[in-house]
Amino acid sequence: MQSLVTRSAASTWRSSSVRTFASSAARSQAVPTEKPVLQKEFKIYRWNPDEPAKKPTLQSYTIDLNQTGPMILDALIKIKNEIDPTLTFRRSCREGICGSCAMNINGQNTLACLCRIDRNPSKDTKIYPLPHMYIVKDLVPDLTNFYKQYKSIEPYLKNDNPPVGREFLQSQEDRKKLDGMYECILCACCSTSCPSYWWNQDEYLGPATLMAAYRWMADSRDSYTAQRKEKLQNEMSLYRCHTIFNCARTCPKGLNPAKAIAHIKMELAAD
Amino acid sequence: MMSTRALGLGSALRKAAFSPKIARSQVVRNIVAKRSIQTQSLPPSAAETILNKQRLLRPSSPHFTIYQPQLTWIASIANRITGVGLSVLLYGYALAYLVAPETFSSAVVVDFVAGLPDFVKYAGKTILAAPFAFHSWNGLRHLGWDMGKFVTIKGVYSTGYAVLGATAVSTVALVLL
Repeated sequence: MQSLVTRSAASTWRSSSVRTFASSAARSQAVPTEKPVLQKEFKIYRWNPDEPAKKPTLQSYTIDLNQTGPMILDALIKIKNEIDPTLTFRRSCREGICGSCAMNINGQNTLACLCRIDRNPSKDTKIYPLPHMYIVKDLVPDLTNFYKQYKSIEPYLKNDNPPVGREFLQSQEDRKKLDGMYECILCACCSTSCPSYWWNQDEYLGPATLMAAYRWMADSRDSYTAQRKEKLQNEMSLYRCHTIFNCARTCPKGLNPAKAIAHIKMELAAD
Repeated sequence: MMSTRALGLGSALRKAAFSPKIARSQVVRNIVAKRSIQTQSLPPSAAETILNKQRLLRPSSPHFTIYQPQLTWIASIANRITGVGLSVLLYGYALAYLVAPETFSSAVVVDFVAGLPDFVKYAGKTILAAPFAFHSWNGLRHLGWDMGKFVTIKGVYSTGYAVLGATAVSTVALVLL
């Protein structure tokens, strides 16, 4: 210990002795490398419920990307913190597992926290709320109907004869059928990207809810498959799906609701 | 907070935070703030009425005007439009033939078309051939999906480009027929 202190003291003495008359103390210190300013314009959908007569508008904000994190959500938070505290949006986990920050970025529905900012400063980035939804404020859509539809398919295990004294057993093959469906976080990106859902969301269930429905139909532990199918056996709930594939194209988790719906259709046809 | 901003007091209050001790005291700030806030006492049951009133005013967010044009939904809407167009043409001609079989007989139609200039013939043939070709090929794609084939993003895009290519080739072939 003693020798260490002596050594560091010696090195301090040596480095200070190197200084010449021309160099000041400030110049010999490390200067942080400054990044150039990279201004980028964001155009964001605004609507305020306190002034309902005013039409929704796109408001423009310009921020320095080199002072911002890499994701769209970082930019939104920076704008809210530093420029306009009235900007309203949902966010929570910032890592793509809560589904709160779902919005339409540059024309495609995705999670703001998983979407990188396009660093080309000559092109602006447009941010809208999820398409064809009632707006609560700014980027916050009213998801009441979406959640109601999810509730309507009874998204939980239903079995009248559960095994006594032990847990449900399931083969590895049966478990594998749920992969690619159970990961859904209900962000509503897929449903609100679907033109059929835009026009018929009062009756058509939409991709997110239908994939959740198939997740329980495909579950070997659930014994209500027939009843679940029966509920979809009408013109509107399922068959408004016209295999457009916007849902699979937009899913920020890389899931494929269209495939699940195609499987429901085939199973219903086989009945 | 909202109300102080509305009255333009926000910055004044913020400045007060740096001014002498007396102006900074919580009592003075509270009095200023309290005066500017107007509250109305409402029972909890009124919440739903207020919410419903607000819901009536909510705008619907923009949809197809802002959504990125993608092969998925553009091909779908094109399939719908060509289908409607071809059906209208078929039913329209069939009904017209029923009403006036003389004016719409094959011989009259052939005579009429033969008398048209070449560029009108080719343009007309293209306008008929392209939707027919696209709708037919894309119909096969839909049948594939209904059988559970190509239901991945890769499948959708490769079959989509294949349909566009086949449409172009068969349109040219039909026009030159």
